[in-house]
Amino acid sequence: MTFKILWLQAGSCGGCTMAALTAEDRGLIAALRAFGVEILWHPALSVETGREAVKILEDITSGKVELDALCVEGSAMRGPGGTGKFQMLSGTGRSMADWIRELSGFARYVVAVGTCSAFGGLPMAGGNVTDACGLQYEGDSEGGLLGRDFKSKGGLPVINIAGCAPHPDWITETLGLLATVRLSADQLDTFARPRFFADHLAHHGCSRNEYYEFKASATQFSHLGCLMENLGCKATQAAGDCNLRSWNGSMGSCPDAGFPCVACTSPGFETPSDAFQETAKRAGIPIGLPVDMPKAWFIALAALSKSATPERVNSNAQSDHVVIPPVRDEDDT
Amino acid sequence: MSTRIIGPFNRVEGDLEVHLEIENERVQSAQVSASLYRGFEHILLGRPAFDAITITPRICGICSVSQSVVTAAALSDALGVRPSTNGQLGINLVHAAENLADHLTHFYLFFMPDFARPAYADKPWFAKTQRRFQAQAGLGAKELLAARARLLNITGILAGKWPHTLAVQPGGLTRSLDEGGKMRLLSVLADVRAFLQETLYGLSLEEIAGLENRAALDKVLDTAIDIGSDLGLFAALARDLDLESLGAAYSRFLSFGAYHFQDENLFPAGMMVAGEVRELDPGAFREDLQSSWYAGGPSHPADGVTQPFIEREGAYTWCKAPRVNGQPAEVGAVARQLVAGQPLIRDMVGAGPANVFARIIARLVESARIVINMEYWARRIEPKAPVSTDEKPADEGVGVGLAEAARGSLGHWVRIEKGRIQNYQIITPTTWNFSPRDGAGVPGPVEYALEGTPVAHSDPNAVAVQHVVRSFDPCMACTVH
Repeated sequence: MTFKILWLQAGSCGGCTMAALTAEDRGLIAALRAFGVEILWHPALSVETGREAVKILEDITSGKVELDALCVEGSAMRGPGGTGKFQMLSGTGRSMADWIRELSGFARYVVAVGTCSAFGGLPMAGGNVTDACGLQYEGDSEGGLLGRDFKSKGGLPVINIAGCAPHPDWITETLGLLATVRLSADQLDTFARPRFFADHLAHHGCSRNEYYEFKASATQFSHLGCLMENLGCKATQAAGDCNLRSWNGSMGSCPDAGFPCVACTSPGFETPSDAFQETAKRAGIPIGLPVDMPKAWFIALAALSKSATPERVNSNAQSDHVVIPPVRDEDDT
Repeated sequence: MSTRIIGPFNRVEGDLEVHLEIENERVQSAQVSASLYRGFEHILLGRPAFDAITITPRICGICSVSQSVVTAAALSDALGVRPSTNGQLGINLVHAAENLADHLTHFYLFFMPDFARPAYADKPWFAKTQRRFQAQAGLGAKELLAARARLLNITGILAGKWPHTLAVQPGGLTRSLDEGGKMRLLSVLADVRAFLQETLYGLSLEEIAGLENRAALDKVLDTAIDIGSDLGLFAALARDLDLESLGAAYSRFLSFGAYHFQDENLFPAGMMVAGEVRELDPGAFREDLQSSWYAGGPSHPADGVTQPFIEREGAYTWCKAPRVNGQPAEVGAVARQLVAGQPLIRDMVGAGPANVFARIIARLVESARIVINMEYWARRIEPKAPVSTDEKPADEGVGVGLAEAARGSLGHWVRIEKGRIQNYQIITPTTWNFSPRDGAGVPGPVEYALEGTPVAHSDPNAVAVQHVVRSFDPCMACTVH
């Protein structure tokens, strides 16, 4: 028995597929095969085109072929004026939104791959001219294309593998869970993101942790210091195990590479309160403080740690390479 | 006369529908339609200038770094910040990694699987081709995906992740470099070289990159066929099916120039018209809207507007129609290598148009050239030299960013006032290639290339049409920003 998936690209950049192709450093096809996942059709991977492809969709909606998971990448485009004409599924004369609505009724599980299909994502920015939304969310409000009460035949809401793009292994591991064990509602967080990655903060395991602890901050890009105080980093507020597993090989992650976490796993990330690359502040204090940390404590601790920061940490924080290495006490060695 | 509509036209990036008018088993005329609109040029309006660095990569998941590079160049031009030398080396490496990944993805996942279709089951090369290139099941795809993941480790090392990094900034790269990182880059590149030499070509990168003329290519292809490399499989079927006779478009090519280093581009900017190289004149660009679902008339991208108008009479696509001096032009690896004077590609195309075979060979030759240069750039990284400058950007200005994505020429035109974006217009490579008819009724390059393509009654999939369309490696996601 294989676990059959259909993958559609709604209003997307294709980046979730492109990320997924690098899964587990060996590629999506091998990674999914390990879990017994069979791809009925994928826009980038399948040979079937045109009429042959439409037939696969029709075999599902006629009940001829069982669909285990409908995977959707990209925002649902409802505009203009509710017609869905901002995205027609080529060759069918029907809007993609319409196809997704129908196919969702036949799928055991519906999986939103990426922040666009989860919450609406980037196309919602700038006044949302395309009336884009996620499958079951519009920003942080429940609803979206399928409505707040939607549950797939398997009894779950839309499973949101958020991220722009998500870590490829979040995609394969979620599909693997659905295919091999099971995924129950309590394994999803309040935004229906799989908790195996969403129960962490993107900040956990950050290689800049020492700078964070001492509030030794970078003031420009390429500096080694913490990116939270000045350069817009939201890793202390964003869901994700981004720094506990690496991206694209042995060492990648956003803050590790010197640029801020933009909280791409969060609904509404596309419309920050200020510029992406600057930290929004009020009276000199960042507006977005670490989740579940009392503000007064944060300010007190920050002041205390700043006063105790070693010269090494302060100097290195505002340099693009280590200028003062740690000096080890000879008694320690 | 009969009509055929092919859609969803897959194994391209994004949404594509192809309309064919067929007479006597040949395409009489074709219309290509991009069937998605996302509104990026609108989304950027009013945003802080540097937000473009987060927003524009998300236009396209397959050439997101190209979008970053061109955004950084446009901001750099508008606000007066230049990248450091070390930063430029790092940017070139990340950009080249993505472009190379795209070329390889195109060959293994998008283009070749069509030759493993049952329609070709009686061909002598079929069994081997099917074993390597059958969609999803082929061994070639499996090996490619592992090699591609390894190649993209370069983006992990230098840019944190792929796609959608913010590491490429007008002042350089955000990721500082050390000796260990430099060694990791060289280690990845050694594996990339091995994949290309052992699996793809069966020959050294230097033998491929240095090809001087058609006779030399034929000799190399004979060797590749003997060895049984993936290039050899392509060569055998390309000769048998005469892919040179398919997909001729216009003999007008553009390149915006790629991989800036030490005041010059590895692949220079320019234009080639009927075999003659000319200087690139971006002032001569206009985007025509006659067949596109937008309001307004032709305008230069610096003054362009993007106003959806789905009721527009005669319109059939969300793609605009860019023209240079009023004429359509082809972009992509073949155009880039023609303008750059790569002798083999010049010899193959001459003063005429490109074709399916030439487009594929141009990508394969360019891939070898890219890896050789990546090794060169990686060795030149100075670990302690600054990756980023600390120049302060102005908060007003008008700028243009031009560079080459895998699929061809990409341009961004931006106007910034008080630190905020007042206008932002984008012309992507596939917008050139997949443009619709303009106000003079002239079809875009792919529409024109499809005219005359054979479509047998007995061939429901119109395979030759598929070869022609995919030879351009369209990225519709970019097109419909």
